Amino acid sequence: MIKIDSLTKSFGKFKALDNINLTFDKGRAISLLGPNGSGKTTLIKSILGLVIPEKGSITVNGKVTGRDWQYRSQIGYMPQIGRYPENMTIGQVIDMIKEIRKDEKKYDEELIVSLGLDKILTKTMRSLSGGTRQKVSACLAFLFSPDIFILDEPTAGLDPVSSEILKEKIIKECNKGKLILITSHVLSDLDGITSDVVYLQDGKLIFYKTVEELQDITGEMKLNKVIATVMKNQSTTNSVRV
Amino acid sequence: MKYVTVDLLRNKVVLVYAVVLAALSFSVLSIDSNSSKGLLSLLNITLLFVPLISVLFSTIYFFNSIEFIELLLAQPVKRTKVLLAEYAGLSISLSLAYLLGIGVPVLIMAPNIAALTLLVSGLLLTMVFSAIALLIFVLFKDKTKGIGAAIVSALFFTLLFDGLLLMFIYSFGDYPIDKPILGMVALNPVDLARILMLLQLDVAVLMGYSGALFKKFLGTGFGSIYAIVCMLLWIVLPLLWSVRVFRRKDL
Amino acid sequence: MGSYTITMFKYFALISFLTISLNSIGRTIVVAPGKSSVLKNTILQAADGDTLLVQKGIYKEQDILVAKKLVIIGQGFPTIDGDHKGQLIVVTRDSVTISGLQLQNTGRSSMTDMAAIRLQNVQFARVVNNRLVNNTYGVYLQNSHYCLVYNNTISADAKDELNSGNGIHAWKSTHLLIQSNKIKGHRDGIYFEFVTDSRILYNTSDKNIRYGLHFMFSHQDVYTHNTFADNGSGVAVMYSKKVEMYNNTFRHNWGDASYAILLKEITDSKIEHNLFAKNTVGIYMEGTSRIDVRHNEFVENGWAMRVQASCDNNTFEKNNFLSNSFDVATNGTMMLNIFNNNYWDKYDGYDLDKNKIGDVPYYPVSMYSVVTERIPGAMILYRSFLTDVMDQVEKLMPSVVPDQLKDNNPMMKSWKLR
Repeated sequence: MIKIDSLTKSFGKFKALDNINLTFDKGRAISLLGPNGSGKTTLIKSILGLVIPEKGSITVNGKVTGRDWQYRSQIGYMPQIGRYPENMTIGQVIDMIKEIRKDEKKYDEELIVSLGLDKILTKTMRSLSGGTRQKVSACLAFLFSPDIFILDEPTAGLDPVSSEILKEKIIKECNKGKLILITSHVLSDLDGITSDVVYLQDGKLIFYKTVEELQDITGEMKLNKVIATVMKNQSTTNSVRV
Repeated sequence: MKYVTVDLLRNKVVLVYAVVLAALSFSVLSIDSNSSKGLLSLLNITLLFVPLISVLFSTIYFFNSIEFIELLLAQPVKRTKVLLAEYAGLSISLSLAYLLGIGVPVLIMAPNIAALTLLVSGLLLTMVFSAIALLIFVLFKDKTKGIGAAIVSALFFTLLFDGLLLMFIYSFGDYPIDKPILGMVALNPVDLARILMLLQLDVAVLMGYSGALFKKFLGTGFGSIYAIVCMLLWIVLPLLWSVRVFRRKDL
Repeated sequence: MGSYTITMFKYFALISFLTISLNSIGRTIVVAPGKSSVLKNTILQAADGDTLLVQKGIYKEQDILVAKKLVIIGQGFPTIDGDHKGQLIVVTRDSVTISGLQLQNTGRSSMTDMAAIRLQNVQFARVVNNRLVNNTYGVYLQNSHYCLVYNNTISADAKDELNSGNGIHAWKSTHLLIQSNKIKGHRDGIYFEFVTDSRILYNTSDKNIRYGLHFMFSHQDVYTHNTFADNGSGVAVMYSKKVEMYNNTFRHNWGDASYAILLKEITDSKIEHNLFAKNTVGIYMEGTSRIDVRHNEFVENGWAMRVQASCDNNTFEKNNFLSNSFDVATNGTMMLNIFNNNYWDKYDGYDLDKNKIGDVPYYPVSMYSVVTERIPGAMILYRSFLTDVMDQVEKLMPSVVPDQLKDNNPMMKSWKLR
């Protein structure tokens, strides 16, 4: 569904992405992992067309991204920090997004109800807590049942109950054959969702493996353990190589 | 766009802006028995506050809504459209505030052509300086730098530019510089607004007193048209530039 | 002024006496319209001392020569129409009275000044209660003395200076009394050249394309209680001595080159109790000396006064300056004139000793006005924030404005002048 070909992007001297090649298929839930500044957000933004690639290309559903903006109708995006016009109500924000997507008439409003936003539609955005804003972002991402979900730190700031509801929703959509891209620092939250792991460091792709492969290599079941072990091996091999 | 306007109209700063303008204009108009004098005072207020408030408020607003703009851009819409919608929403709400603050009192207390011209120049100024704010927003990554640039540009156009112009006139006073002066005036939207307004008041004669070209320029409708066209360019050009930059901008 | 009135009164009493006494011996001839040249023929047959009663109607005649001591009286405003050819009445004999006529449509020529009534080398003429419409020149006094022009309405529709003439034109004359006339739409409303010992009172002169009053080489003249409004360039008084101007109103002489009064090379004169309202420039002075400007009110003018450096020993005292864009402008740095006890509405000093006089001097020349005087192009910055800032800074630290040009005793309250 998404094909990334030798993608390179630098900000000034800093190389945020360095010759990345990746292919994401439908029905997969892919975790983007890596330390701060490793290029995860840049990668996501490149796919969304917010960051213009320097070299290489990105193909979504067979269409090369670039000037064409239509491909974004197949993507639901949940940003890391959701900030909205402060004096608008939740209801207005949702209506507004709906109006932008006039062609889309079917709405998936399951999350709005399950996260309890339907009861506070008239509250203004300024009065909301960070977690509630996160909920709004989540609802907006799922509103048009797109084929691809890009979720940037979806569970950060959410209370455990909501977090669980969101995770279930993600799994449900994944099972419908949709592609899901997630970044998160809370690795335990990714357990049970993730099917594949992409690990980035300093703008370079370190590995892209299925969870099963990783579990085989490391012999660990929990994702955080898996990653920790991989990291350890990685650094030793690196040092050996050096 | 509709939503940005709605949001901004609820914004306290915009409301305060409108109320302060209204208070100023009511008091100015009721103190001065002579409405043309009152209009001149309002012109001074407009020339001083509208650029500063418009550019500063707009810049801050744009930078604050950067995440929201990102979210909108993740939707299947053109970048240009999002940017122009943000601009339109902002300039409309600031214009409405101006109309409410200056327009209503003026039209109640001194409804005439000059008052209408004051409104037109105030509105044009609002739109010019929101466009400049938009340009600042797309050119600067950092909010603090952006706000700095906004303050500098407001200061530049309200004060520094005229100082430079005066220095120019002073140094080349012995040459026929009427034409260059008129050309240079076009580089400052605040001056354009001022001249546009003065042309409607009989004090324009005082300007005509100082040179044949001014007299010709100011005495005919050409002066007003020139000022308005230049101000429209001051809206369109920054917008076009912003759009160009924004298309290639990484967020 | 008082003795002058009495002398003038004597002259006109004399004229009246003469006409009455002549009347008593003369005949009264009634003239009715009909035959061509009926006026000219009647005058040919008339003798000194006769009175012509001209009946209502239209008389199409030109160049009617009055060389006899006649009294010509129109009844019901008979119209003498020149049909745009020649002049209408030319008087060449003393003590002629013309009244109650409507005189219209003189010719237009570049060779001679075509007038409705021309007084040529005469004394004791009286032009009273006439209506002069659409003539090149209205009343033309040439080398004439002790004449009265009273209560006439003189109007034309002048388009440009070249092809038009003046309402009342006087040249090389003395002892004229021009009173209560209404003049409109000529080149100059009233024109005086080499006219001395005369007075211009209670006239209204407006919408003339050049000057409401044009005044050159004319000494010891007085003009009071006149109104000059909406004239192309206001009033010009040049190269004259001992001119007195009292109680006149100068209103809305508003244009790129308009002055309420333009004074050039005037000495020993008085300008008192006048009102200057909404003129581009209230008083423009160039090369004037020993002029007293007192008790005048300057309201809403562009510049209340422009005093060129060539002026000296003028006194500006007890005037009101209200709502003028600029109070005083000057092109020099020296100032040899006296400003005292004026009221300036822009004065923001204080009066701690409560003597109704401000404790700090007022500098009526603003910095911006100095700048524009030196470089007129700077006028493009009129009303900009920068110029306000400049003026405020200059007030705190005077450096550019001529420091001798100041009113040491500015009044805290305006004078009651009207």
